[in-house]
Amino acid sequence: MSAEKITTQKVNFKVFRFNADEDYLPYYENYTMDITSEEVVLDVLNRIKWDHDGSFSYRRSCRHGICGACAIKVNGRSTLACKESMATMIEYFGNDITLEPLSTKRAVKDMIIDKADFWDKHASVTPYLVADIDECPSCENLVSPHDAEELNEADLCIQCGACHYACPVVEVNSDFFGPAAFVAAYRFESDVRDSDGERLINVNEEKQGVWDCAKCYECAEVCPKDINPIEKITKLHQMAFKKGVAKNNVATRHAVGFLHSIKRNGVLDEGGLVLYSEGLHIVKHIPVALAMFRKGKIVPPWGITKSDKLDEIQKLIKSSSTVKF
Amino acid sequence: MKKLKYALFTGCTAKQSTPEQMMSTMAVARKLGIEMIELTEASCCGASHLQDYDDFLSLVLNARNIAYAEKHGLTMVTICNTCQLNTAMTKHRLDKNAELKAKVNEKLAEIGLEYKGTSNVIHFLYAIIDDFGLDKIKEMVVKPLSQFNIAPFYGCHNIRPSELHDESHKQKENPYNPTSLDDLIIACGGKNVDYEEKNKCCGFHVELQAPHTAAVLTGTAIAGATDNNADMMVTPCPLCHLKLDTQTKSASEAIGREVSLPVLHMQQMVGLALGCTPAELGLKHHVTEVNFI
Ligand code: SF4
Ligand code: SF4
Ligand code: SF4
Ligand code: SF4
Ligand code: FES
Repeated sequence: MSAEKITTQKVNFKVFRFNADEDYLPYYENYTMDITSEEVVLDVLNRIKWDHDGSFSYRRSCRHGICGACAIKVNGRSTLACKESMATMIEYFGNDITLEPLSTKRAVKDMIIDKADFWDKHASVTPYLVADIDECPSCENLVSPHDAEELNEADLCIQCGACHYACPVVEVNSDFFGPAAFVAAYRFESDVRDSDGERLINVNEEKQGVWDCAKCYECAEVCPKDINPIEKITKLHQMAFKKGVAKNNVATRHAVGFLHSIKRNGVLDEGGLVLYSEGLHIVKHIPVALAMFRKGKIVPPWGITKSDKLDEIQKLIKSSSTVKF
Repeated sequence: MKKLKYALFTGCTAKQSTPEQMMSTMAVARKLGIEMIELTEASCCGASHLQDYDDFLSLVLNARNIAYAEKHGLTMVTICNTCQLNTAMTKHRLDKNAELKAKVNEKLAEIGLEYKGTSNVIHFLYAIIDDFGLDKIKEMVVKPLSQFNIAPFYGCHNIRPSELHDESHKQKENPYNPTSLDDLIIACGGKNVDYEEKNKCCGFHVELQAPHTAAVLTGTAIAGATDNNADMMVTPCPLCHLKLDTQTKSASEAIGREVSLPVLHMQQMVGLALGCTPAELGLKHHVTEVNFI
C-alpha cells in the first residue's frame, strides 16, 4: 500500500433520473457529497442509493472490472464505474460531475439502459469459433504462442458497451455494427482454428461494416480493458484485402487509390482520388467542387507538385508492398 | 531564446485544397521568427486509408519521411491532425518494436536511408504553445480578437489516441477536456466558446463511403458552436476545415437546419492577432466567407 494520505473534497453531482414506467421525460437530481481520493465511481452510485434514494437504479455485479455491467457516462465520457477512480474524474472535469447512462436515448431506469442493440450486433458477427473439430478428438487442437498473439487482446473484451455507446457512427447509423462487435469478429477471424467463410464478408458489407468507421479513436480512448477496437477494425480492413473478400466499391477504391496516387506523385492527387473512388458517381460532387474551384481550392492533376526524389518512393512501393488488389 | 527551427511536413492538403493553410503557416512562422525547412521529398502519409490497405508499406513510407527530418537533425512539424496521427503512430510503433524497426530499415537501406528515432513529431499547434510559448504570443498580439466568440474545433487525431501524447506534445492534452486551442484563442484576445462537440469527430474520413453519417457529424458540430453564440470556429486540421467550410450544404440538409459559420485555420487566427493581412493569410480561399474582417 502506498502511504499517500487520503484526501477529501466536495463534489457536486448532477444525476440522470428516469423511470420509463412512470416518467415522460428524464430529469436531473443534484447531490453534493464529500468524496475521498480512494473512491471509484461505483462507490458514488452506491452512496446515492444507500444514503439518498433507495429507488436509484444501476447495474453492477463483480466490482472487479470483469462482468462489464457497470459502464455509465461521466461528463459524457464512457467509463467502467467500478474501475474508474473519482480522483481521475475530478482531475479531468473538476468538481461538477454529471452521471448519465451510456445512452440517454436507451434509458430504462436511471443508469440502466436497454442494451438490446448492442447484443444484437454482437450476435450477428458469429462471435464464436466455427471449426470442423472432431467431437472426441484424440489430442488437443494446438495453437502456438505466436498464433495466439494474433488475437491481440481481443479476447479480453468484457462487453461493457463503453466503446459502442461512445461511437459517433453508432449514434447516427443504427445499422453500423459498432466497435465491440468488430472486436468480437476480429477475435474469431484471427483465430487459426476458425474456418468461417461468412464473418469477414459480413463485417465488410456497406452501411453496417468496417468501412463506415469514421476513425475517430473514441473507442480506443474509452475501452477500460485497453483493447483498442479501432486497431482491430484496421486489421479487419487489411484481412479483407489479404483474403480477397474486399469488394470493389467506393470505400475500398478510396483506400487503394492512395497507393496509385502516391506511386504517381508521391503526394496525393485529391481530385484524382475522388474520381478514382467514385467513378461515374463523381457528378454528385460537382456543386461543391465548383464552389471550391472558384476559391482556388482545386489543383488540376497537371498542376500538382510531385515529391522530390519520387524514384525513391516508387522503389519502396515496389519492394515493400505486401498486398495486391 | 534560440531561434526555433523545424522540418516542415506540409501534407498534401495544404498544397492543394487548403492553400490558405500553407500561406498562413508560413506567415505566422515569419512573424514568430520560426525557421521552416520544408521536406520536399516527403510522400503522403496515407491518411489512415493506405494503412487499411497495406500496413507495412505505409510504415516504410512514413519512416522515410521522418528519416528526412532526422537527416536535418530537426523536429518534424506537421500541420494536419491526420498527418500527425500517422507519422507519430509510425514513430511510436517503430520506437517500441526493434524487430519491426529493423524490417523497415532493411527497406530504407535500398535508398540509402535509415530511420533512427531521433526526431520528434509534433503538430504546429503544440510547437507554438509549448516551444514558442503562449505568454510570448500574448505579448506580440497587436490586433486582439476581442470582439469575437471563437469556437475551438480540435479534430480527433490531435487529441486521440492519447497513447501518442507523450511523444508528440509536451503539454499533455486531455482528450475529454482539451485546452490547447482554448488557451490559444484567449492568448489571441478572443473569447473561447465551450460546446459539446469541440472534441468530437467531423466525419471527414467517411465522407465518400458514408456521406450521411459524415454530414450529420459536421452539421451537429457547426450547430453546437452556433447555439453557444460562436461568431466563428477555429481548427488545427485542414481536413476538419474542408468539412466545416465547404460542406455546409449537405450538413444543413442532413440535420434539417441551416448551419454555416466562418472557419479559421489555427494559423489564420494567430496571424490575424499578430497583424498579418487577410491577403497574407489567404482568407479569400474560404468557401464560407470570412465576412467580418
Ligand atoms: S473509431 Fe470507428 S468504431 Fe471507433 S468509435 Fe470511432 S467511428 Fe466508432
Ligand atoms: S472493447 Fe472495451 S469498451 Fe468495448 S465492449 Fe469490449 S471491453 Fe468494453
Ligand atoms: S493526411 Fe492528408 S494531408 Fe496529411 S499527408 Fe495524408 S493525405 Fe496528405
Ligand atoms: S475531426 Fe474530422 S478531419 Fe479531423 S481528425 Fe477527426 S475525422 Fe479527421
Ligand atoms: S461491476 Fe463488473 S465490471 Fe464493474
